[in-house]
Amino acid sequence: MNLHELTAHELLDLIKAKKTSSQDVYAAVKKQIQAKEPQVHAYVRVNENAPMSSPPKADFPIPIAIKDNMCIKGQETTCASAILKGFKPPYDATVVKKIKQSGGMILGNANMDEFAFGSSTENSHFGVTRNPWNLACVPGGSSGGSAAAVAAHEAIWALGSDTGGSIRQPAAFCGVVGLKPTYGRVSRYGLIAFASSLDQIGPITKDVHDAALLLKMIAGYDPMDSTSVDVPVPDYTRSLVNNVKNLKIGIPKEYFIEGIDPQVKQSLEKAIDVFKQCGAQFQQISLPHTEYAIATYYITATAEASSNLARYDGVRFGLREIPGQTRKSPLIDMFEETRDKGFGAEAKRRIMLGTYSLSAGYYDDYYLRGLKVRTLIKEDFDNAFHQCDAILTPTAPTTAFKIGEKVSNPLDMYLSDIFTISVNLAGLPAMSLPCGFSREGLPIGLQIITKPFAEEMLFRVAYTYEQNTDWHQRKAPIQ
Amino acid sequence: MKNKKIINEEVVRSVASLARINLQAAEVKQLTKNLEDILHYVAKLEQLDVSRIQPTSHVLPLENVYREDIVKPSLSQQEALSIGPYHTKGHFNVPKVIA
Repeated sequence: MNLHELTAHELLDLIKAKKTSSQDVYAAVKKQIQAKEPQVHAYVRVNENAPMSSPPKADFPIPIAIKDNMCIKGQETTCASAILKGFKPPYDATVVKKIKQSGGMILGNANMDEFAFGSSTENSHFGVTRNPWNLACVPGGSSGGSAAAVAAHEAIWALGSDTGGSIRQPAAFCGVVGLKPTYGRVSRYGLIAFASSLDQIGPITKDVHDAALLLKMIAGYDPMDSTSVDVPVPDYTRSLVNNVKNLKIGIPKEYFIEGIDPQVKQSLEKAIDVFKQCGAQFQQISLPHTEYAIATYYITATAEASSNLARYDGVRFGLREIPGQTRKSPLIDMFEETRDKGFGAEAKRRIMLGTYSLSAGYYDDYYLRGLKVRTLIKEDFDNAFHQCDAILTPTAPTTAFKIGEKVSNPLDMYLSDIFTISVNLAGLPAMSLPCGFSREGLPIGLQIITKPFAEEMLFRVAYTYEQNTDWHQRKAPIQ
Repeated sequence: MKNKKIINEEVVRSVASLARINLQAAEVKQLTKNLEDILHYVAKLEQLDVSRIQPTSHVLPLENVYREDIVKPSLSQQEALSIGPYHTKGHFNVPKVIA
């Protein structure tokens, strides 16, 4: 039995039945990391001092990968950026605290695009992560390390964060399940901020059942995050029912755009057939402002990012650089030198774009206009959910692209998030799950979107699909 | 477009100064082109009439979130300072501010 290849719920059953132990599970995953990490590079750093087993009564004694933007007390956390090198947080993020309390063993910090700026994990200061299904391809991003770790069985499950698709798109590219919860469902305390009105932490897992377990563990109100919402956390495993009879599922007509890979389109059509055979009813819906989502996102999210990243000034965190000669004044020179050396190209691009759209003379035309279009995008979903219980779309317009393919064209990279970005702007929950493979053997993802705080509906629809297909059982052919 | 937005190397250098980044000459050139492309793309937002639309900065219907004004356990001064690259005598250390 290959313990590292099992799901968390399978392992929990085995541990309960005393057929294995948390120590054995940890050892199996650790061995897999040693064997596969040289090829995949899913981790920025592997935690060598983790507890190698859990207390006997722990609820979830499962090894987990944590994206490198969640604070782990005393353990270097860098957002895959040079500017945070050496930063050892003095406290645990709320999600990390919950994982530790439930007996989770933290395997290490998973790789990501610097400050979560990207869709391929190529923007990491610490090198690229490779897709376990094809090592020449990207794992997606920005939570590419988390998704690749789960797909390569270098972690049983993982946490990612999603600002514009950063959990769902890498989950789709790596053939695993990725869930972005409703904005406010999970505490962001200790999540290093990118765009505070959009960021949300969520699970990346091998199947839907595991996503339900992990979400239940991390969800809930937290007084340390004033945007977390005080609504009860249901037992999501009760929503794991194989039944979508008479549910109304909407297909947005605007999502069948030019440029969508025909194989992705075909997989979605086959998924629709599966749901129809299970008794779901389909109808076409309209999200008329879809074509404005990416533009809205890149104005508003970069504005928030430029403000959030102002704190990296060489005084309070990580890196400090001093130029050889005085340019403006010793203090300002230090700020400017530190930020030039510490930030990578994409981080600079987004800080610059955000600073521009917030600056005097441009604010009304860019940032304020972006916020208004955000209202229109949110209203599109409000209207659509009068007609349906869930919305089905592809997660990404293509399968995983080649490493290096989109690096020189930032706008082209941004467009790969076209199906996921609106969900963040509207604050909705959404899940990506495997729904097929291309002829080249690359995974294809299906996205399900529901109303705010309707994660139970999300689990029901996703679980039904999973029970009637076997895509989630395929294993990446990494040698 | 109401008024033509201009992005050139001078604007990029001035935005970089606001953002406190000392860009190298090659970066200024590259970013001018990148920002031009991106701003050209986002100009599509001007197709929409948003004059009667309220802005959404946040999706939740949250208003002021208050807590009781009571001191709770928090990081010690030493813990907070220890994250910074340089600190002395209970302060963060920075280069000379007044010449």
